[in-house]
Parts: sequence; C-alpha cells; structure tokens
Amino acid sequence: MIYRENGQFKTNYLSDQQILPIRQDRIAIALLLIVAAVIVPLTATEYLFSAILVPFLVLSLAALGLNVLVGYCGQISLGTGAFMAIGAYAAFNFHTRIDGFPLLLSLLMGGACATVFGVLFGIPSLRIRGLYLAVATLAAQFFADWAFLRIRWLTNHSSSGSVSAGRLELFGLPIDTPAQRYLLCLAFVVVFAVLVKNLVRGAIGREWMAIRDMDVAATVIGIRPTYAKLSAFAVSSFIVGVAGALWGFVHLGSWEPAAFGIERSLQLLFMVIIGGLGSIMGAFFGAAFIVILPIFLSQFPAWLGLPLSTTAAAHLEAMIFGVLIVFFLIVEPHGLARLWSTGKEKLRLWPFPH
Amino acid sequence: MKFRSLALSTAVLAAGLATALPAPDARAAAEQFFPALVFRTGAYAPNGAPWADGYIDYLKLVNARGGINGVKISFEECETGYATDRGVECYERLKGKNGGATVFQPLSTGITFALTEKAPVDRIPVITAGYGLSESADGGVFGWNFPITGVHWASADMQVQYIAQREGGFDRLKGKKITLLYHDSPYGKEAIPVLEARAAMHGFQFNAIPVTHPGVEQKSAWLQIRQNRPDYVLLWGWGVMNPTALKEAQATGFSREKVIGHWPSGGEPDVADLGNAAKGYSAVVLQPAAAHDSQVVEEILSKVHAKGQGTGPKEAVGQMLYMRGVVSAMIGVEGVRRAQERFGKGKVMTGEQVRWGLENLALDQPALDALGFAGVLRPIHTSCVDHMGGAWGRVQTWDGSRWVPSGTWFQADEQLLKPMIRKGADKYAENRKIERRSPQACQD
Repeated sequence: MIYRENGQFKTNYLSDQQILPIRQDRIAIALLLIVAAVIVPLTATEYLFSAILVPFLVLSLAALGLNVLVGYCGQISLGTGAFMAIGAYAAFNFHTRIDGFPLLLSLLMGGACATVFGVLFGIPSLRIRGLYLAVATLAAQFFADWAFLRIRWLTNHSSSGSVSAGRLELFGLPIDTPAQRYLLCLAFVVVFAVLVKNLVRGAIGREWMAIRDMDVAATVIGIRPTYAKLSAFAVSSFIVGVAGALWGFVHLGSWEPAAFGIERSLQLLFMVIIGGLGSIMGAFFGAAFIVILPIFLSQFPAWLGLPLSTTAAAHLEAMIFGVLIVFFLIVEPHGLARLWSTGKEKLRLWPFPH
Repeated sequence: MKFRSLALSTAVLAAGLATALPAPDARAAAEQFFPALVFRTGAYAPNGAPWADGYIDYLKLVNARGGINGVKISFEECETGYATDRGVECYERLKGKNGGATVFQPLSTGITFALTEKAPVDRIPVITAGYGLSESADGGVFGWNFPITGVHWASADMQVQYIAQREGGFDRLKGKKITLLYHDSPYGKEAIPVLEARAAMHGFQFNAIPVTHPGVEQKSAWLQIRQNRPDYVLLWGWGVMNPTALKEAQATGFSREKVIGHWPSGGEPDVADLGNAAKGYSAVVLQPAAAHDSQVVEEILSKVHAKGQGTGPKEAVGQMLYMRGVVSAMIGVEGVRRAQERFGKGKVMTGEQVRWGLENLALDQPALDALGFAGVLRPIHTSCVDHMGGAWGRVQTWDGSRWVPSGTWFQADEQLLKPMIRKGADKYAENRKIERRSPQACQD
C-alpha cells in the first residue's frame, strides 16, 4: 500500500542506477540514519552504547567484510579472527610506536596490514576451493594466534601478551564517552557499507559474483580469477582489519590474542550465513542475531520476573538460541536478508498477491 | 504462510520486548550492591562454579550477620562463560544497577584486562584476588586494580621457594632443571619473567612449554618433558588442562610428586576425577587454601546452608576454590567497612569511597579471627602504593580425597617482586601516557 513504486519513473540513467531506486527505501534509510546518528546518541543509555550498540556495529562491519569474500566471491574463510587480530595489533603498533600518529590513520593502517596478510593467505584460493579452502584459511588463524603469543615485539614486549590502546583522540577531540565511541563506529560502518554496496554493484563485484557462481564459466568470458579472488581477499580483509582495530581500540580498550580466536572466526561466519550470503543487509541482520539475541535471551527471564538460577538461564539461552538458528535456517536457508526481501516483495503486491 | 508465521513470531518477540523493557529494578537504594561476574557454564565452569558459590554464600552470611554496620548487601549474578565480550557486557549491565556497583571481581584475566580500562572511567574498583596483571599491584599507576592477597608473579616465586625447601636450600638449585608447563594465554605467561629472574639468580635451567587452550592436547609437551627429564614440572594450567596434565604425567612415567601446581591448578575439580591417581600432587596456593574446618565455613554451614539458603552443593563448602570466592567477597566487604569508618558508618558507599577503603585495609590477625578466618588468612595491610597487601601461600597436597594444607607459610620475595612490579607499572604508564599518583592524590 505505502510501499509501492507506482508512479516513480526513471527518466535518465542516473536515476536508474542509484543505490536505492525506490523512493520509500530512500526515505526509510534516511530516517534510519537520522535515528542512528542523532536520536540514538541523545537518548540511549550507557549500557546500550557500550554493551550492545558498539559491539553490534563493529561486528557488523567485520561481517560485512567477510560477506564480500564468502557471500560475493564464494571463498569460504575461517581466518576472519586472524585478520581482525592483525588489524588490531597493527593499529596498536602504529599508535604506540609512532608518537602522535593519528587514531584514524592507525585504524586504517590496521586495515592495510590485514590486507597484505589477506592477499597472502588468499593465494591458496587460486588452487583450491570450497571446504578445502576453508581449511587452508585456518592456517591464517593459527598463524595469528601463534604470532601474537610468541613474537614479543608485536605486543611491545608486554610480559603477558596483552596490550591496551590508551586514550583515544580524533582530530584533537578526545573520545571518552560511550556516545562518542558509538558515533565513531557508526561513521566507519556507514562509510564502509556504502563503499561495499558500490563495489558489488560495479564491475569488480560482478566479477566476484561470476567467480562465485561458476569459476570456469567466468574464466571463459574473460574474468581473471587471480585478480578477482585476490581483490576479494584484499577488500574483505581490509574491512575486517579495520573492524578488528575498532574492536580492540574502541570496544575492549585492552585485549589479548584470545579476543580474536577461532571462536570469533566461526561466529562471524555464522553471522554471514544466518544473516544472508551476498547481502549488505545480511551482515547487519546476522550481527544483530548473534550479538544482540543472546544478550536479550539472557536477560529475558529476569525481566519476566522468573526466578531462574544463573546456570539455568545460561543453558536456556543456549537452547533457545540454537532452536532459533535451526528455525531460521529451515524457514529460509538463504538467511534473514532473504526473509527481509521476501517481505518487501509481498508488501509491493499487497493486497493483491498473485 | 511462511511469512505469516514469521511475522507472528516477530510480533510476539516485539511485544515481549515492549513489555519487558520498562521494568527497572525499583528496590530501595539503601543496600550495598555487589555485582557477581560468574562462569557457571562453559569450558571453565568446574572452576568457576565453586568460586561463585563461595562469593555469594559469604555475601549471604554477611547479611545474616546483620550487614555491614547495618547496611544490607544486595547482589546479582551475571554469567560470563569466561568470555571477555560477555564479561564486558555484564560489567556494563551491572555497573549502574541498584545504586551503583561496589566492586567487580571477574576471576578471568581477559575480563580483568578489559575492566582495567573501564573501571577508572566509572570509578569502580576491580579486585583480582590472586590473579590479573601482576604489575597492577602498583597502586601508583593502577589506581583501581586490587590484586589483594597476591598476584601470579608471587605464585611463581613461591613455587621456586618450595622447590628450594624440598631440595634443602637455594644453593642446591644450581644445575637443576625446572620446566614450566603453561596455559598459552596471558595468565600462563605471567610465570615466565619471575622464573627467568630466579633461574638467573640460582643457576637452574629453566624451560617453558606452552599448551594451547583448552589444553586437552599435551602429548608433544610431555614428550619434550620425557626427553628433557626435568627435576620439577611447574603446572600452570586452568580448567581441563590440569587433570589432562596429571594423566599425561602418569602415562609418561613422570612422578607427580615432582609436579607442582599453584592455585589455578590446585583446585578440587583439577584432581577430583583422578582420585588416587593424583595422590601426592602438591600445589603452592596463595592464601587461602582449602579450609574445611575453619570457623567461617562452620558459620556458612550453620547460618546459610542450614537455612536452605546455600548457593551451591554443601560438599563444596570449604574447598579451595570455594574459599577463594569467600575471601574475595570478604575483601570487598571489608573494603566497604573500612570506607564506612571514614565516610560514615551505616551508609552505602560509592565505588570511589570503597577504593579508599581497599587502599587502607588494615586486617590484622584479631580482626581476621573475629571474622572467622583464623588459620585461613594472614594479616592484610594495603596502602595507596601497595595494592597487594603482602602475598603469602601454603603448600597443599592431594591425599586422594581432599587437599591437605601444610602448616608452613611461604612469602613471596619482595626484594625480587617489588622492582619487577615497579618496572612493569612504569612501562604501562609510559605506554599509556599516564602519570603516577602523587602522595596528595592518595589522600582522597
């Protein structure tokens, strides 16, 4: 009824090629951005910022990066935690070793270092694919775990291997309050989401998708698999690296290598699969599902006033969470993002579905 | 149909959210709120659960005794599963509840690291009794961390002292081989600097073998031990790594009398399943050791458990990990009591006031005895600079069914640890560009 594009005519190429061709979508996204950037910072509590919104945003960014690789280019990776770790520790090293190195540049350099390693560990993808590649990318994970525990220079010779970011400053402004941290993350997420959206709409994104759908056919029509796969690894690990740096600097503040262990890699892969492979929205849905839902479930019995013991609540949380994963994957194997687009499709036809 | 059922479930969820959100805890703010970050589930639950039970039981006991000068304690558990991000979420959830958190005690090195950054901003002390960052004993730099009763460096130091005692003097250590088998995490690595320093001092050969989390795969480590034939193996495990190590020791034919643990590898869950197979294994535990016969345990049994208020199983009361929970809670409570002496008896203390209390703890032996800790703890005196308050430990040996503490006390060598702590703290301060607290800043 409201969500219908009747009467919205495209009269030139520019309007036909815009990111959101339907006016209602544009309004919705604009509203969402206003809520996220203005209303939320004014109203949200500290708990909401530090415990929910910041981790949600940072992990959506990481999931977005992984989605480029897994969802768009079809290269399964289990090394996401490693690229996050490389991003975080590289940013830490730039930030502490070079006096006065700006925060923004540290974070981006974290991404740049992760890119180098991403491309390096992406090389096996030229020869192997599918599950075998997933196992090969595990090497990245173990390498990172080993490097940050063993090479003491990387952690600035800290005796325990843990590092801390210190005070954050952006263009001379201190980033102290949770709201400021949230806004910093939000800015990164918005910029990278637009960037990725444009990349996947462009020539390079189409190359990735061609490789994903059938690499032999893609090669036949003139797509260079080396270039396509490695560029996907590069873009993906850059974004994941920046997300890792944000996770360390903005969310945790002080971290040890275990913060980026294999569990993190798996968690991100689940986000991408549950959220929806090959979808920008999917990264956000997946992150919300994996980050926010367990927290919600763990507090739910207390809100209802149920006198559950901590153990029972924790087990209940795991059980309901597991059931929901199975439920959503059965209802829609293509992820929550597909449900979303099915919903939109239905709305366009409503009330006369055919 | 598919869509309808989904829409329905979302609607139900949304309705649940809407009804659930505006439900703040409307309790009177006249209670001292102790948040409890616990891990009763997950890989490390066997170690986390007794600690949590002890922590909560002691808080219940304080309430049964009439509160802290009349101020009752309220508490709430939050399950971290030993995961740092969930721990941070719990911290954020509980820090402002019920009039504000008094202290946080995470029992996890990873969560401690994260809270070390957050606590100074929120002005809430973090007590890490027996763990955490060793250099955080320096209160001049780590203003909000309180590793009261000791840090990991102290444990490592006392292990060497115990070996020297068994060998008959430090001079006998020359030429001996000591191997550290450690959990490959910041916690496990804490042992290395002290053991390296001690090796240089006494001329023993030191060798460190890491074991990857969670520690069920140790074949190669024990192969190295078999080849290297060390005189002693120091076991720095956590959770399932400990029983695995003891089983491997048996399989390798390495005498468990020569395996020496410390408190994270000297709990009941570490050996209980092995029973007689672990008999003779000993651990140098920072105080407290297991204390089944102490007065505080009897009081918990009679005033809390007998009334059906016990948090965990009755058998666990008095075990080593349980006692660590009890002592951790006691330190927090005594911090509040000390703060009340300055800021007003019978009032609810803020985190900042409790910090003053923790920095000025003066628990001498009569005071401890009055609290029921006779034979469990030695006096604890903290100051603005010294947030540790002395590190004492005892050896306890597994007799096949329970830990038996020995009578002799070890004290961590201050001559060795103080400069190391100072150096580590200075480096931290330099990296973070923070200044040491001045003597005036210590007064308020």
